[in-house]
Amino acid sequence: MRQGRTWLFPTRPHIAASAAVGGPMEAQGPLARDFDVLHEDFWLGQDSFEKAEQKLLEEACEKAIEKAGMKKEDIDVFLAGDLLNQIITSNFTARALAVPYLGLFSACATSMEGLALAALLVDAGKAKRVLTGVASHNAASERQYRYPTEYGAQKPPTAQWTVTGAGAAVVVEGHAPGTGVHITAATVGRVVDMGIQDPFNMGAAMAPAAVETIETHFRDLRLAGDHYDLILTGDLARVGHRICVDLLAERGLAIPRDRMADCGLMIYREDQPVFAGGSGAASSGTVFYGHILREMVRGNLRRVLMVATGALLSPVSYQQKESIPCIAHAVAVERVDPA
Amino acid sequence: MSDNKKKKMTPPQQRYQAFAQGREPKRPVFLNCLKAFLVGGSISLLGQCITTFYMTFFPFTEKTAGDPTVATLIFLSALLTGLGVYDRLGQWAGAGSAVPVTGFANTIASAAIDYRSEGFVLGVGSNMFKLAGPVIVFGVFSAFVVAVIKTVWNMWLAGGGGG
Repeated sequence: MRQGRTWLFPTRPHIAASAAVGGPMEAQGPLARDFDVLHEDFWLGQDSFEKAEQKLLEEACEKAIEKAGMKKEDIDVFLAGDLLNQIITSNFTARALAVPYLGLFSACATSMEGLALAALLVDAGKAKRVLTGVASHNAASERQYRYPTEYGAQKPPTAQWTVTGAGAAVVVEGHAPGTGVHITAATVGRVVDMGIQDPFNMGAAMAPAAVETIETHFRDLRLAGDHYDLILTGDLARVGHRICVDLLAERGLAIPRDRMADCGLMIYREDQPVFAGGSGAASSGTVFYGHILREMVRGNLRRVLMVATGALLSPVSYQQKESIPCIAHAVAVERVDPA
Repeated sequence: MSDNKKKKMTPPQQRYQAFAQGREPKRPVFLNCLKAFLVGGSISLLGQCITTFYMTFFPFTEKTAGDPTVATLIFLSALLTGLGVYDRLGQWAGAGSAVPVTGFANTIASAAIDYRSEGFVLGVGSNMFKLAGPVIVFGVFSAFVVAVIKTVWNMWLAGGGGG
């Protein structure tokens, strides 16, 4: 079922369980208690940062499956993505899981690409239990997208800090037991490029994509500005969040300011050295699958629109002076009290 | 941003960039210059102390003390890079820790550490000079250009003197 560009899920697929895994910086952040596993070791006992990132995703998947009371054989399809070249983290995790697998890439928006597709597969009856997950590791991203991790280059205040972590969720049919959180709709984003070229200013690059997706979602479903308790962007951080809020106001979408937040701003304390805030696939992945879903189960939030934002650049594209194309995917979730 | 780049952008892109720029924190250029001056100066002062040390306690002259001084600074920088300190200093000091020889050592040591996971040959060997390479290439090239100019200048002076 579709309304405008937005997918509706009449069978109301259900999040059976979710899990979030974090690293040392995330352990010092204000959301530490809503992580399932926290690592003090930046290397997670591995001999490369890439293997550490893989371990993060494996752990998040294992934990989500365990919390759903399933075994990995119960999973019909695994949908995952990450930021490393050829999405090796997801591919290698899928190798360990040995279940049918589709690899995804929307950069940091992959978390909601995965959840939207998981809901679609379950809603369409193509799968009963879908596992979806994302991961990013600060040092693995730094060395791929920027400089060696120990290189002493000065970053501007608009730069962001890639979250070390992973998030995963198991999506099941509507009537199955679980967290009480249903997936009601999803809006797939368009690629928006406003000509920003600076990879140290991704928040400003991604904000228009988030605005485009949020506007489309509200227009398609003809929603009032205060329909959601929270509209959460993935990793716009300080600069992008401000631009996003101001742009939405300028476009005349009356969303109360206190109902808009950004995962990249929530995951770290103000005094942590993360520049404008967090970024990375695990920014929305850990905050949504860890903190937000717990808040919904606790009864503090009922309706949430999660808008994961992604910058679709590569190290080659920005060296060739290309601007940064961006995308945002939105998934709406709602807690239904047991009847 | 150059006008050339602006011309290539569509009007909505130009409008957005103006909109976004007003909401971005600016680089604290003056403060960064001050920090760079302090740290860069301190590293140079340390270098001077090391030079004096070698001249006082070892049989080095002002001319020959340069080599062990640079070697010592490179060693200290590589050590601090390995201990994970130099990148933090770099974030605070900016050009202050990047411009002296210690910054050059940091580019090599940090790349060597980073690519260790890809092995000694394909990793460390082929990537160690990834950041230092451009410095060497353009350093050598600009030295060549300066040498050519100096040679031509000297020849012209010698020729001009006779006429």
